[in-house]
Amino acid sequence: MSEMNHKTDVAAEQARLLGLVEDLLRVAKAQGASGAEAAISVDRGLSVTARLGRVETIEHHCNQGLGLTVYIGQRKGSASSTDLSPQSIRDTVAAACRIARYATEDPYAGLPDADRLATEFPDLDLYHPWELDADVALALAIQCEAAGRQLSPEITNSEGATVSTHQGVQVLGNSLGFLHGYAGSHHSLSCALLGQRGEDMQRDYWYSVARDAAALEPAAQVGRKAAERTMKRLGGRSLSSRQCPVLFSAEIAAGLLGHFIGAIRGGNLYRKSSFLLDCLGKQVFPAFVHIEEQPHWRGALGSASYDSEGVATRPHALVRDGVLQSYVLSSYSARKLGLQTTGNAGGVHNLVIEPGKLDLAGLLAAMGTGLLVTELMGQGVNLVTGDYSRGAAGFWVENGVIQFPVEEITIAGNLRDMYANLVAVGNDVDTRGNTRTGSLLIANMTLAGN
Amino acid sequence: MNHDTLAVARHMLLEPTGISDADIARVMSELFRGSLDAADLYFQASRHESWQLEDGIVKQGSYSIERGAGLRAVSGDKTGFAYSDQILLPELLQAARNARAIAEGGQQGSVKIANRAMPAPLYADVDPLASLDETAKIDLLRRLDAEARRIDPRVEQVIVGLSGVYEAMLVVDQDGAMHGDVRPLVRLNVSVIVEENGRREQGSAGGGGRTDYGLFIEQDRALDYAREAVRQALLNLQAGEAPAGNMTVVLGPGWPGILLHEAIGHGLEGDFNRKGTSAFSGRVGEQVASPLCTVVDDGTLPNRRGSVTVDDEGTPGACTTLIENGVLKGYMQDKLNARLMGVAPTGNGRRESYAHLPIPRMTNTYMLAGPHDPQEILASVQRGLYAKNFGGGQVDITSGKFVFSASEAYLIENGRITRPLKGVTLIGNGPDVLTRVSMVGNDLELDHGVGTCGKEGQSVPVGVGQPTLRVDGLTVGGTSV
Repeated sequence: MSEMNHKTDVAAEQARLLGLVEDLLRVAKAQGASGAEAAISVDRGLSVTARLGRVETIEHHCNQGLGLTVYIGQRKGSASSTDLSPQSIRDTVAAACRIARYATEDPYAGLPDADRLATEFPDLDLYHPWELDADVALALAIQCEAAGRQLSPEITNSEGATVSTHQGVQVLGNSLGFLHGYAGSHHSLSCALLGQRGEDMQRDYWYSVARDAAALEPAAQVGRKAAERTMKRLGGRSLSSRQCPVLFSAEIAAGLLGHFIGAIRGGNLYRKSSFLLDCLGKQVFPAFVHIEEQPHWRGALGSASYDSEGVATRPHALVRDGVLQSYVLSSYSARKLGLQTTGNAGGVHNLVIEPGKLDLAGLLAAMGTGLLVTELMGQGVNLVTGDYSRGAAGFWVENGVIQFPVEEITIAGNLRDMYANLVAVGNDVDTRGNTRTGSLLIANMTLAGN
Repeated sequence: MNHDTLAVARHMLLEPTGISDADIARVMSELFRGSLDAADLYFQASRHESWQLEDGIVKQGSYSIERGAGLRAVSGDKTGFAYSDQILLPELLQAARNARAIAEGGQQGSVKIANRAMPAPLYADVDPLASLDETAKIDLLRRLDAEARRIDPRVEQVIVGLSGVYEAMLVVDQDGAMHGDVRPLVRLNVSVIVEENGRREQGSAGGGGRTDYGLFIEQDRALDYAREAVRQALLNLQAGEAPAGNMTVVLGPGWPGILLHEAIGHGLEGDFNRKGTSAFSGRVGEQVASPLCTVVDDGTLPNRRGSVTVDDEGTPGACTTLIENGVLKGYMQDKLNARLMGVAPTGNGRRESYAHLPIPRMTNTYMLAGPHDPQEILASVQRGLYAKNFGGGQVDITSGKFVFSASEAYLIENGRITRPLKGVTLIGNGPDVLTRVSMVGNDLELDHGVGTCGKEGQSVPVGVGQPTLRVDGLTVGGTSV
């Protein structure tokens, strides 16, 4: 199923999809749409899992889909299908138009302003197909898991190691004349291991992800890290309730920035369902904090030269010297707020918080006595009020030194206070995701335990 | 007449594609070679619509069609899987070759397709999308908006979402046995933002099930969702800081049954137990809960969101006792894990779609009613938390630690509810939380049909329920120490 291994095949696939998007837009116009936007994506992949040294699953992935939004005057309708046939294109357009006829006129609805659409499409180096067959993938997965299982006799069981590769083409067009497509790839290696000491059983994992397989962490290293993380959790216990500083480790700290993005997203602002209403130009973080979006980084997971409605993305500051510089807006939410789109329909592309000078050990020393959190559980985040209460696991730290693993506790506070009381950003940046951050040290939160 | 569902599923899935029983037999022969233990071919087609109102207008709707087939070959504990968005013979044959590559060699056999008698359907064959005309759907959304705003001038924003799914599936196993199901599903949700003196709070409520939109019209049920959402939001305006630490918790009836889903349900799914990765592994026959607790997973409740006439492997939905009078009785199984553990499948083999492998999943999980009057339970608590409604939850299967987040909670002092508290997360340990259940109410309720469970990247609709429960000691994640 790896027909798209060569650039020529990709070019042909892209040309085919561009033609289908043009068909969709043409049919939409013929059926009475005054404006339309269409997207098609095709993705193929292979995912192989080994458990306890043997193959467990081999999955061949093959997804395709088309999505269409039409406007009839100021009324909007959307439809999608997994079927790319001409009959399906006609049916999908008809379904979208039918919905638009029943929707209410919305003065803010519509395609983006034409002058905002992307006109430059630099090569962002997003496509590195991996000619991986199931046997090679399996060997890698087995190597990954074995390296972790060998680490200690206390590693007693496994949920397996998975090697996965995906590559695909996506195309976007609208009736203002925007039409573009690009190919992308996405590969990952992951491993989850169990450890046991007496009655206590713990699980943890590690993963590596990249657009180019050459950039993946070595398989054995992924397995070893999974095992080390599991081992460190053995012997976890609860704590008594208290107030204390909390250090969010780099691999989970992105969540805190995700809540920040949620709170400055146009949809939550115009619905007045954010704790950061009317904060543009105001101090949200301490003055040492700088947060920006870098959508044009070559080869990065979140990179894109345009957003999900074709608006040009641009590198820009969201927070400078702790002050909120920009919301995160689509054309629609921008119009609702009387502002201009920020090229963020569909989300942010490579969110970066400027690293500080301290590594993890330095942050632990700076914290002195407090909680290092390495896992968060549950959805206890209220973006309307900023109230935050989540299950947590990690390590108790005294005088900058880890004392013992901690579990079955919660940490609680209010995000507005947590942002204002950010003490330090680490230089131990986790580069795996769309958000790049080091560990984040918060001055004080409430820990609830036994 | 039990063949009706299968006939409808065949009509929806096979007729438009031109795929015949002979074609299916050929694909199954390609897929199932002698060295395999099992194989299946799963066809699915669904139509989904959603409508959304906000700012007092119906801003948008969407409609989607999905259609495809998934092919699975199983040898021992090894699984090969491939799928296609196109129900066409060449694509199915290619997917069959990809899926069966898991096993080597083997003789090609021939498979004869045979319709199987279906259990009595648990839900009517109704197309929810066609059960109201578009004007009536929009009118319903507008009435809910008007009702929420009418109740209280502090209501600033009302968002109403209505969705319906009409889905058919057919599954053919290695013996050629064909099962089918036609599954309607509807959902309605109202969420509101209220504002008073610059403080903003939200509330939401909703319901649904395997039926059509009539559910929301009958007895003006939808209007109740709007009223409930406003009530919760207004209550939150009064809510104060919650305490932090271990305390007695009384859980209300119905949706707080998410406790059971997270604390024990996932840990009793067959895959984790076959692999020995669950905190409950190897504990059948042990006392894991107070003798007051009997917990079942019941896929056979008519019209319930989590119900399945047959699961996605063709096994009839069942009511499985998980815990009886506190003793662990058994696990929830799909075919693969049941075979490897030497037990019977329990009708819990479910998948999000043709593009996902079936795995053991819950259906409707609830605790049976006990002897206590709910008022008596509240009156028994000197100081504690009364949690009446919840958001979501999560569990670490291996350590057993689970969380669930209260969205409506009160302080109990001297046996009486005294004041509302802000939403908090509760955390506990699955294998021992039910041992601390000291009172079980006589007021069993099931939730209103809003639950979606995520596992291994797959979402499926589920239900939960319970009577009022007193738990002597859960960690409450408040802010005041």
